[in-house]
Amino acid sequence: MTPPAATGRGPLHLAAAIDQPGAYDAAPHIELARLGERGALDFVTLGDSFARQGPDALAVLARIAPATGRVGLVPTVTTTHTEPFHVQAAVATLDWVSHGRAGWAVDVSATEAEARLFGRRRAAPREALWQEAGEVADAARRLWDSWEDDAEIRDVATGRFVDRDKLHYVDFEGRTFAVKGPSIVPRPPQGNPVVVVDATGGHARDMAVRHADVALVRAASPAQAGAARAALHRRAAELGRDPGQLRVLAALVVDLGGGEQAAQPGHGGGPLPTAEGPLYRGGPVDLADLIAAWHAAGAVDGFHLIPVEPRRDLERLVNGTVALLQHRGLFRTFYPGATLREHLGLTRPANRYAALAGDPT
Amino acid sequence: MTGRPRTKQIHRTKQIHLAAHFPGVNNTTVWADPRSRSQVDFSSFEHLARTAERGLFDFFFLAEGLRLREHKGRIHDLDVVGRPESLTVLSALAAVTDRLGLAATVNATFNEPYELARRLASLDHLSGGRAAWNVVTSSDAFTGENFRRGGFLDRADRYTRAAEFVATARELWDSWTPDGQDGLDGAVGEPRPFAHRGQHFDIAGEFGVPRPPQGHPVVIQAGDSPEGREFAASSADVVFTRHGTLEAGRDFYADVKGRLAAYGRAPDDLKIMPGVTFVLGDTAAEAQERAIEIRRQQVSPQNAILALEQVWGVDLSAYDPDGPLPDIDPDPESTLVQGRVKVGDPFAVAEKWRALSRAKGLSIHQTVIETTSRQSFIGTPAAVADQLDEFVRTDAADGFILVPHLTPGGLDEFVERVVPLLQERGAFRTEYEGATLRSHLGLPEPVRKG
Repeated sequence: MTPPAATGRGPLHLAAAIDQPGAYDAAPHIELARLGERGALDFVTLGDSFARQGPDALAVLARIAPATGRVGLVPTVTTTHTEPFHVQAAVATLDWVSHGRAGWAVDVSATEAEARLFGRRRAAPREALWQEAGEVADAARRLWDSWEDDAEIRDVATGRFVDRDKLHYVDFEGRTFAVKGPSIVPRPPQGNPVVVVDATGGHARDMAVRHADVALVRAASPAQAGAARAALHRRAAELGRDPGQLRVLAALVVDLGGGEQAAQPGHGGGPLPTAEGPLYRGGPVDLADLIAAWHAAGAVDGFHLIPVEPRRDLERLVNGTVALLQHRGLFRTFYPGATLREHLGLTRPANRYAALAGDPT
Repeated sequence: MTGRPRTKQIHRTKQIHLAAHFPGVNNTTVWADPRSRSQVDFSSFEHLARTAERGLFDFFFLAEGLRLREHKGRIHDLDVVGRPESLTVLSALAAVTDRLGLAATVNATFNEPYELARRLASLDHLSGGRAAWNVVTSSDAFTGENFRRGGFLDRADRYTRAAEFVATARELWDSWTPDGQDGLDGAVGEPRPFAHRGQHFDIAGEFGVPRPPQGHPVVIQAGDSPEGREFAASSADVVFTRHGTLEAGRDFYADVKGRLAAYGRAPDDLKIMPGVTFVLGDTAAEAQERAIEIRRQQVSPQNAILALEQVWGVDLSAYDPDGPLPDIDPDPESTLVQGRVKVGDPFAVAEKWRALSRAKGLSIHQTVIETTSRQSFIGTPAAVADQLDEFVRTDAADGFILVPHLTPGGLDEFVERVVPLLQERGAFRTEYEGATLRSHLGLPEPVRKG
């Protein structure tokens, strides 16, 4: 049975990037994450790559976790020069220290310069790298499931701390790596932390329809975004996934430096295409209108907003755009849930191995 | 606090350094006690770290696991198992502590210098100069099954890889121009290209993180072989040892400190900190009773059979824990146990245990409890403070890595009852004097190379 494609619109979801060039310690990151939380955003992202100047993104968001209470925390973690076993353990641990607020933005390292930092593999074509990224995400999900939720039993009578029938080898064999398992980290609070993929490129899109909980798309109009979302949902359904469990957010670079002035003439109300992706330049009120219009048209489940000037634009975004959307009843004013999955309306996944309980093989 | 005026502390004696080992996956951790809490929840880490910081400890220490241990081809289920990833936990702990050093054990075999140097530098920046790295190495194919390259190292190559790894990490940490060079407040300098070509690593490029606040995060080393001691003398800031007696401690201390001069280092440049356990009581007798009770908790009947199987290397599940020891000989070629350190001479150990059992009329269970190592320090808070101070004054140690048996409250009593006594005798700080772990340990600023 093919599940029906998700149509109509659910709640609006909003996320923002908190990347700041030249920020190496905790304070500037905490400030922006708290700002995002004040706006009740679903999550904040922090990009990363080995070619980037800046601290390890996952470490920064782990540092932020105790300093925030509800906002989702989504670092980029790359899959090309890293160990899949370490990656999944670190993401699971971010979920533990944040009490279920972790996500993982998957990316690859495609340049020769990055390959030279490791000296182990040459740079490879994107197609192969994204195929590997898909395998890493697959292996990660299996490792997150390798402990059933109730594996720890602390049974004094039999002296057993765990029920080892509820710990599972994953025996994952990929093209470029293999992992035995189980994970060293018990199943994280969300079961599986939220996997986020920028589905703009073709190879990344294939990976996203298989493995992403949240796909990011770049579109210059609601029609374009809606088509991208429909295509992702259709492809996910063909692969046997429930499209209702795949959120599609439009990635939008925002420059709110224009204050209250109207969107730049020539916009036609839509964003401008740039090398960094579609750019919105104008005031926070018009941005709220754009978000509301795209969402009302059923084009996207929400937006991932990337401020040009992080401190300035995020402040205007939260106090202007978000406040207005909240005032219109289009966006939450508080977090009814505790985990990132709850913010996104995604179910906590069943454990793939628990489903086999009772199977003697 | 009483109204006693706080005077600048006078260091009457050699100062003791203290660290707290999180009691997680460890067969000394008692999980069946009703006070035992999660070894995974962040609240447990926060509790123990805050306790250590309240006690003005130098650092908080996390061990590492990369594969669940196995016994008889199945996952070992009798001890605490499962833990979060160390560097991520420490990054979060940096948010709930201000001064406490944060040490992670990270394997040099299953990581690469660029990534790990970056993660350690990140922790150092995010914690304001409190990061430490306990360097361990591994070569076993069993652990390697979870990693891209498998168990690819010869045993002999372990220390050469570890030494080159540490040296490479330091090259990366030193690769940025000095901060503040342009006179601006908060300036972090600029990256300069690095290139490292050695036996194990051939890498080049630019490092992504400015020089860490400590210059170099503190490096801890835990091996005891001659190669391990030499590596410590050449490269480490702290040695985590297992020498629990005064005599063994003094020998080790003299040996390792004696190796420093060859590397142009002073004796104080390397701190020797044995991992130790403790049991407190209001009287000596009460402490002894508690110590026995804890050992009993540490060894369940099932664990006694398992301890035997670790020595014998054969399935002994048919034996009664309350019955006598097996007459059969151990199998030295056994692969029954995976992911643990192997018993050195199983025949000798088996004979020793049998002799003990015969001499005292002990069952399997009683024998294993009897042979389980005694806690290092047992007594009243005053007696334990005396012993700790004696170890340090007489150069058997520079301090201790305390391994409590309970998560997360196992350090509470020590901090409340022993630390004040150490402070009274002027052997332990009454406040943190610096902000970085390096300053707590009294380690010199690392010299920038390149």
